[in-house]
Amino acid sequence: MSNREQFLVKAEPFYQAQGREVELYAAAYAARLPVMVKGPTGCGKSRFVEYMAWKLGKPLVSVACNEDMTASDLVGRYLLDAGGTRWLDGPLTTAARIGAICYLDEIVEARQDTTVVIHPLTDHRRNLPLDKKGEVVEAHPDFQLVISYNPGYQSLMKDLKQSTKQRFTAFDFDYPEAGLEAGIVATETGIDAATAGRLIQVAQAARNLKGHGLDEGISTRLVVYAATLMRQGVAAGDACRMAMVRPITDDADIRATLDNAIDSVFG
Amino acid sequence: MAIGLRPVSDARGRRFAHPQVQDAWAALDCGFAQVADVFEECASEALASFGAAQMAAYIEAARGLGKLGRGAEPMLIFLQEWPAVVAAARGDVLAPVLDLVKAMQKSPNGGAIAGFLQTLAPVARRLQAIEQLELYLDLVRELMQRTSTSIHGRHITFPSPSLPVFCRQAPQLLGLLSLGGLRNWVDYGILSHATHPERQEEYFALQSADSHAILQRERHGTLFVDVERKLELWLRALWREGELLVPYSTAFDEIRQPLPYYDSQGMRVPDVLDDAHGIAGLDRYRAVLAHMVGHRRWTLPQIADNWSPFQRMAVEFFEDCRVETLLMREFPGLRRVFLALHPKPAPGACDPQTTSCLRHRLAMLSRALIDPDHGYTDAVLGEFVARFHGLLAGAGASTAEVAQLALAWVAKTRRQSDQLARVHFADTVIDYRDDNRQMWRFIEQGDEEEAFDEERRLQRSDEPVGLPPRRYPEWDYRSVSYKPDWTSVYEALHPSGDAGKIDRLLARHAALANQLKRLLDILKPQDKVRLRYQEEGSELDLDVALRSLIDLKSGAMPDPRINMSHTTAGRNIAVMVLLDLSESLNGKLANGTQTVLELSQEAVSLLAWAIDRLGDPCAIAGFHSNTRHEVRFHHIKGFSERWDEPVKARVAAMQAGWSTRMGAALRHAGHYLAARKADKRILLLLTDGEPSDVDVDDAAYLRADARRAVDELAAKGLTTFCLSLDPKADDYVSEIFGRRWRVLDRIERLPEQLPMLYLNLTR
Repeated sequence: MSNREQFLVKAEPFYQAQGREVELYAAAYAARLPVMVKGPTGCGKSRFVEYMAWKLGKPLVSVACNEDMTASDLVGRYLLDAGGTRWLDGPLTTAARIGAICYLDEIVEARQDTTVVIHPLTDHRRNLPLDKKGEVVEAHPDFQLVISYNPGYQSLMKDLKQSTKQRFTAFDFDYPEAGLEAGIVATETGIDAATAGRLIQVAQAARNLKGHGLDEGISTRLVVYAATLMRQGVAAGDACRMAMVRPITDDADIRATLDNAIDSVFG
Repeated sequence: MAIGLRPVSDARGRRFAHPQVQDAWAALDCGFAQVADVFEECASEALASFGAAQMAAYIEAARGLGKLGRGAEPMLIFLQEWPAVVAAARGDVLAPVLDLVKAMQKSPNGGAIAGFLQTLAPVARRLQAIEQLELYLDLVRELMQRTSTSIHGRHITFPSPSLPVFCRQAPQLLGLLSLGGLRNWVDYGILSHATHPERQEEYFALQSADSHAILQRERHGTLFVDVERKLELWLRALWREGELLVPYSTAFDEIRQPLPYYDSQGMRVPDVLDDAHGIAGLDRYRAVLAHMVGHRRWTLPQIADNWSPFQRMAVEFFEDCRVETLLMREFPGLRRVFLALHPKPAPGACDPQTTSCLRHRLAMLSRALIDPDHGYTDAVLGEFVARFHGLLAGAGASTAEVAQLALAWVAKTRRQSDQLARVHFADTVIDYRDDNRQMWRFIEQGDEEEAFDEERRLQRSDEPVGLPPRRYPEWDYRSVSYKPDWTSVYEALHPSGDAGKIDRLLARHAALANQLKRLLDILKPQDKVRLRYQEEGSELDLDVALRSLIDLKSGAMPDPRINMSHTTAGRNIAVMVLLDLSESLNGKLANGTQTVLELSQEAVSLLAWAIDRLGDPCAIAGFHSNTRHEVRFHHIKGFSERWDEPVKARVAAMQAGWSTRMGAALRHAGHYLAARKADKRILLLLTDGEPSDVDVDDAAYLRADARRAVDELAAKGLTTFCLSLDPKADDYVSEIFGRRWRVLDRIERLPEQLPMLYLNLTR
């Protein structure tokens, strides 16, 4: 099925396991249990799901959620054309039909009434009623639902309902411990391990400031950006400022502190 | 001739061996014996550095000072101090100094001449340049002129109370302040205490709190308060330390400078650090903190009782170097800062025959331990540096291991001369290191036998009644700066009276209330608002649906947003009504039946009733003041309270008295209003006169402060509006409130006008 082909993950994504999450995920998938991945931004949630889809050989349908997203954006809608109307499946329906892993990224960004449509797919029913079309889509045996969210920075207004939360098994992700993270950065960008370790030291300085003027620390993703810039020949200080400090804060004091951290670390 | 008095001719006839000195003495034409006693030394010192012309001018000036009729003192001081002044100022300032002395002599301030000359040399040493010294002379002259007062007429009759004190303090002040800062400090003192000689004297003697506060503000260097947040963030980011930072003052202890230290109550750091050795003040703070963090991480307390003071000192130096090595291992960037701040003593600077060189040896060793390029060739030193690095190569050793190394070093290098009283200090003070008090444990508290009496604790008295005062700054337009913590605002719930009185007042205005009611119904928020152009909504919006259908039929892409829904939209206004409860409210109206206070009560009641019906959150408070030390702020209604019996009872008990310190009250009211979350926040001030208080002579001062307070509130997003009952208010009210004010000419109409005003403002 060509539709299925385009959602397959072609090449092996680089993923460094932090613990036993790969086996645990495989077990959850074997039972088709819905999975929730929690953790701060840029710590490797999406990469993990992508990696698992590749490892299991299943197609992956990703949806980035936002607050303007409606239920029909997920499920599908009628489109008008010259002859009348035509139904178009939404990503969730597509995934249920072809037996893909459907990954809803940053689920809490979507409105709460939107998230309710996933409920029938996540329990024993494993189907998706399309009320506008008058059809009930039975989920393909390979279908699995994965959602991610970041419990850190969202406002109090945005939280998952208990009824949604309690349909998922969950992984708690965090930034890897320093040695592992340095290894990830080195593998991802090809810089030497010592420099990667220094970059992680700067990132950890920023992570210590979380809640003291910073909403989020410097993510692994930003460290990778900084390392990438350094591979291009950019000096360490400039790369760190550009990729790691300037994006995350407008607070002059915090900026000065992190700039000093960079100078202290790189000497 | 009376006994004890020497004949004048005695001194004039004194003979000196040196011919030039003898010539100078003759030129001096001086009869004071105490001058003659020391003249030879003074003249020799002057002759050593002065040329012939300069020497003549020096003697001539001294001669003049001797003939002022103020005894030998001015001349003696001049003769002794002047060569030092010239050396320090690197130039000739004789003419301006003599000018100033002449001016002092002509005014009643002649008594200050001796004091002025006395501190001129240390001042010159601080300023180090002739231009700077001239500016200082100008400053002294200005201070003298502005603080010498007269009773009547333009002739000065009273000496300046602050001039002698100022001259005495000047060297110490210049150690802390730049000349510009000193000028600001002096300006402030003159402006604030011009009419109060005792206060003025206290200020210039550095004995009053405001004097210290201004001094602190004007100091040079990096002030701790300015970088406190940066340092806290830095501690947390790099070291995961959330320790409290407590500054100690370095200003008032010249002889024994306190060192940084830490204990259970926090880390103590100096309140100000200058840039030094090319390291910015902020980085010096970081070095101080990093060193303390190192100790907190890696230093284990040692038992001190069995070690001699020398041994303890050596252990401290070794341990300091150990933690710094570990710190630099983690953050190599610290190396630059540590090395720049660490002194580098020259190897031969200390002579072990005459001086105790222990500190010198330790400082050299300390340098060598943290600086690989130390360049010292001493064999013992090299051996111990190697042993030290060998010890730290792995996990970093422990305090005890390093202490053993330190003891070995002491045993190997000790000299008899270490016991000498003369200690070599130059280049051995490492000022970013703390005093290591946490490093030592003493098993025995002291040698006393009776050390077991417990300290008696004072019984704490009962908790104070009422809230503590809140302090607000006040704007001084003359010095264009804030006076820190100048006013004290005491707040309390207003006492209650008879709520029935308010109901009766309202009943009298029943007709007005009906009229208002109609207006309120119009203004009352329409709860439902239609939201059109929705893709999903509660019902079909026919207009849009038809348009879409037409588009569809004509082959165009129709707009899918054909639904509409409803949402609630309310007024989102918070208002604080601030009442001026000053004495003038007790005045009777022209018709003679009511006081302005009663009228205000009616007006406020109607307003509160109207706002309550509208549903806007509203607070009411009153204020009056009795000098800056006592601004009373009465809460009459809180934002969350309804317009009910307790509130009415408080309005009924309103009383007037004292004066109107408007700025402080505005700031305090703004403090509460700013905490409200509303789209529009209004501070409505009802007053019957301009700001005034009994401790302020200058009406413009409180006006400028009120203006400043209004600006501050505007910066916080608060709108201030003033309703003035003073018919003559036009003169000043726009100066304070810009365009947001109204003057009520016919006070009788206040109960009607106040609610109307509010409704019009918010419609």
